[in-house]
Amino acid sequence: MRENIEQPEALVDVTGLPFTQIEELSNGSIYIGATVKNTEVANHRIIRERYPVLAQAILSGASGQIRNMATVGGNLLQRTRCYYFYDEAAGCNKRHANSGCDAIDGFNRIHAILGASDACIATHPSDMCVALAALDARVCVEGKNGAREIAFNDFHRLPGNTPQIETDLQADELIMAIEIPQTEFVANSLYRKVRDRSSYAFALVSIAAALEIQNGKIVNIRIALGSVAHKPWRAFEAERALIGAAATKENFSRAADQELKQAKGFAHNMFKIELAKRTIVSALNNLAESGGAR
Amino acid sequence: MNNVRTIQETVVRFAPGKDHDSLMHKPGYAGKPFSRVDANLKVKGEALFSADFKVENPAFAALVYSTITKGRITTIDTSEAASSSGVLAVITHENAPKIPTPPVFDPTGESKGTAASDSPVLQDNRIYRDSQPIAIVIAATLDQAEYAGTLVKVDYETEIATVSFAACKPEAVTPSDVLGEEPEVKIGNAGTAFSEAEATTDNIYRTPRYNHNAIEPHATIAVWNEDDSLLVYDPPQNLYGVKHTLAILFGLAPEKVRVVSPFVGGGFGGKGTLWDNTMLCVIAAKTVKRPIKLVISRAGVFRLAGGRTLSEQRVALGAKKDGRLTALIHSGITAMSKHNNFPEQFTFPARHLYSPKNIFAGQKVVKLDTIANTFMRAPGESIGAFALELAMDELAYSLKMDPIELRRINEPKTDPAKNTAFSSRHLIEAYTLGAEKFNWQKRHAEPRGQRDGKWLVGQGVATAYYPVLRLPATAGIRINADGTAFVKAAAHEMGMGTATVQIQHAAEKLGLPLDKVSFQYGDSDLPESPIAGGSNQTVSIVASVTAAAEKIHKELLALAGRNADSPLSNLTYEQIEARNNGLFSKTDAPEGETYMSILKHAGKDHIKVNASSEMPTELKQYSMHSYGAQFCEVRVNEETGETRVSRWLGSFDCGIILNPKTAISQFRGGIIMGIGMALTEETLFDERKGRIMNPSLAEYHIPVNLDVPYIDIIYNNIPDAHTPIGAHGIGEIGITGVAAAIANAVFNATGKRVRDLPITLDKLL
Repeated sequence: MRENIEQPEALVDVTGLPFTQIEELSNGSIYIGATVKNTEVANHRIIRERYPVLAQAILSGASGQIRNMATVGGNLLQRTRCYYFYDEAAGCNKRHANSGCDAIDGFNRIHAILGASDACIATHPSDMCVALAALDARVCVEGKNGAREIAFNDFHRLPGNTPQIETDLQADELIMAIEIPQTEFVANSLYRKVRDRSSYAFALVSIAAALEIQNGKIVNIRIALGSVAHKPWRAFEAERALIGAAATKENFSRAADQELKQAKGFAHNMFKIELAKRTIVSALNNLAESGGAR
Repeated sequence: MNNVRTIQETVVRFAPGKDHDSLMHKPGYAGKPFSRVDANLKVKGEALFSADFKVENPAFAALVYSTITKGRITTIDTSEAASSSGVLAVITHENAPKIPTPPVFDPTGESKGTAASDSPVLQDNRIYRDSQPIAIVIAATLDQAEYAGTLVKVDYETEIATVSFAACKPEAVTPSDVLGEEPEVKIGNAGTAFSEAEATTDNIYRTPRYNHNAIEPHATIAVWNEDDSLLVYDPPQNLYGVKHTLAILFGLAPEKVRVVSPFVGGGFGGKGTLWDNTMLCVIAAKTVKRPIKLVISRAGVFRLAGGRTLSEQRVALGAKKDGRLTALIHSGITAMSKHNNFPEQFTFPARHLYSPKNIFAGQKVVKLDTIANTFMRAPGESIGAFALELAMDELAYSLKMDPIELRRINEPKTDPAKNTAFSSRHLIEAYTLGAEKFNWQKRHAEPRGQRDGKWLVGQGVATAYYPVLRLPATAGIRINADGTAFVKAAAHEMGMGTATVQIQHAAEKLGLPLDKVSFQYGDSDLPESPIAGGSNQTVSIVASVTAAAEKIHKELLALAGRNADSPLSNLTYEQIEARNNGLFSKTDAPEGETYMSILKHAGKDHIKVNASSEMPTELKQYSMHSYGAQFCEVRVNEETGETRVSRWLGSFDCGIILNPKTAISQFRGGIIMGIGMALTEETLFDERKGRIMNPSLAEYHIPVNLDVPYIDIIYNNIPDAHTPIGAHGIGEIGITGVAAAIANAVFNATGKRVRDLPITLDKLL
């Protein structure tokens, strides 16, 4: 609103709603209320022990002050950092429908290499959401027609011809909570954020990854990439390529290539394709070394 | 001012071999690491910056900026804005008071102008550049003003703008002058010497646009008094320049304009000239006849105050096999607007640093439809040293020679361009001291020779260089019968420790304890001080305080002489010195009298003088510069290309250091800014519209704490016999050489030579 992008007629303060719990459900899932602060999630004992990728992702984002104020629900609904989206003088289909996309031929160093459209090449800026995508989280929403759960990978949308519609959340729905299913192997997980300065910067490429190796073969793997697409990018192709394979650098590299075959760069962000590959290989190598084997 | 007389005085005072300043070799308080006198105020948040002043019945202004690059406004509809809640007035070119074209900054000081640009301010319907202010909205609150600003509706007729540097390069022209100096210097025949050289390097280096990003945005409160005099709270680096420029623009006698600025929240050159915001605030206050506060938003500062130009530079070096330079060519192009004249002096280092017999240093400019470029910390020298010092490293590597050794054997005995003696040059000592402390000899000369896991480690070095500048200044001293003294000058405190250092110097000069001396500054009603720019302020004011101290001591001696009982009555000025709260014989310790006693016997409660320093003729007689050696170590992630600076040592040769605490802090600040220049900062200027696309601290990346290692600072502290108290200004030299040292270290780590700043990870993948 400070950027004059949204001009709502009324504001409803939802910060007082009682969705402030982090609890373990009877099925082993972790429930995180929508108004829980980011800092609290990152510091929670269970999150740190069982889902280190989530704690690391949150702590690599924003600043301490922002994390103390930001809620889980709010984090999901962050807007892109595209320069042209924030500029009243620019063409931006996300800001003004059918006004064009000035980023495609403009400064697009921080823009998408996967899943972009002719209408929009913006990326989703969240770190936390990349981890949640890797963890197969579910978004619990509730509206006039009742409650439903949205798989995390379906929550954020690719831009297509309607980049102004960023999520599957309906106009009358409210995010109530996030649920993360019990998944033991993700205790061996990490978040790696590559960026232009050491802190207070959005990612150029980030990765949330988890790995389990048995008898030298990969039996479980999760890979999600950040800042490469309009949504947290779950690297299903690479995951499929690696299940049952040996945890070698060559296999990681081949799987990354497989995933990035569909990548398309623009004038300033071609490097992100190579950077994404290197980041995937590096992260998986680290996980293989740090205890992926059982 | 009687110029002839003052020049004569200067010649005598600053003549070679003459000890013109008695404090040079016994600095006393000067040279001690005192904490800032305003530290408490600042830590407690009690220091008043311009927007903090309380005035009666203020209204608030917000600006509306053009969203086209060039053309004219066909209609501007302010009706909805004007009827919005709380709005007092909307001012556009249609109803703004008429003011003349702003007089632009003049490096010679002949014109009193200090405007950044001579493009008209709200005077006609023409749009000269992107983000030009086109309306001021005034309301009872800031929120009301900002909201109403969004309701102003504008229709434009657009014209084709000239904003592409690349497209304009073929038509680049040689400017009339570069900061008052020749745009081209030719010594010998550099082209021929280069083609005959035994070893050469010849490359193009590029630096992007940068913006200052002082923490305090440009912020003004303008108050028109009932007698039509004008009071402005504004954070300039040039109080008198703003005073005179506003007087010219609003048809006032200069004494009718008062500019007050006790603290400036960072300037870095971005407040060195007058931008539209101050003029617009005064226009607004005049229109609604009420005090107006206009605080520019962060994005607004990018849109309204210019930054550093981009540059494309060629450095070609020719040398003998033993490393002796035979040819130095430094040329290139920068960009200015069509409304200013500031072709950053990037070829200046090449004119003074090395000793080849053949030098060509010449620069050109293109003129664009953009906001005026301006000074940014070490303008010219910082970007010029980047290119030159990278080239030196490239030559050293190709000769298989240590880069420090290459500099040592090319150290000139006299200034190559001016053909004069150096006033004080101890660059090689700075290198020697620095190399020892940094452990330079442990470096691997071959790239990729050191690694720590995934991190490639490398070290680099580069010369820091910045000229010495002194400008004429006036200072006042008042000594009170209670034994206290006030020193007065319209100086600027931007965080560098101005007041602290001036108190140290004045206390020593007056023979008073520190706590008896206060320094009054930051107000254009005080005696005239020069612009706080070009690293001149400290020494310029020291010179004027020296003149004032001499004058007040002579007057006090005359006063004491009227009292036959005074021990001073038999002494001449040459026989006395200031110490122990008064004037005493240089030879006989107890013979003398305190200021309290002199004034008491004379029946006065105070004595005060104003005095001006001499014209800086010493700058013509000598080659006067500051030097340094920047040593750094970087670590580059082999997988991702991320570069992190892991060690830093700056070794400086800047005369004597007046206050190690504030000086080291200022050197460090410059180096941190240089790390930003090298690795993270870049103004994204979209050439389709001539518009900045990252006008925020979120997207314009200044370094964060994690990007900055511990920075070790040493200095050789050798006084310059030709500067006040032997000191040099140090505000700017810290940033020079930093980007080159980092780029050289990156090469040492990775084997990759990055010649385009900033060195972002994509250039190292």
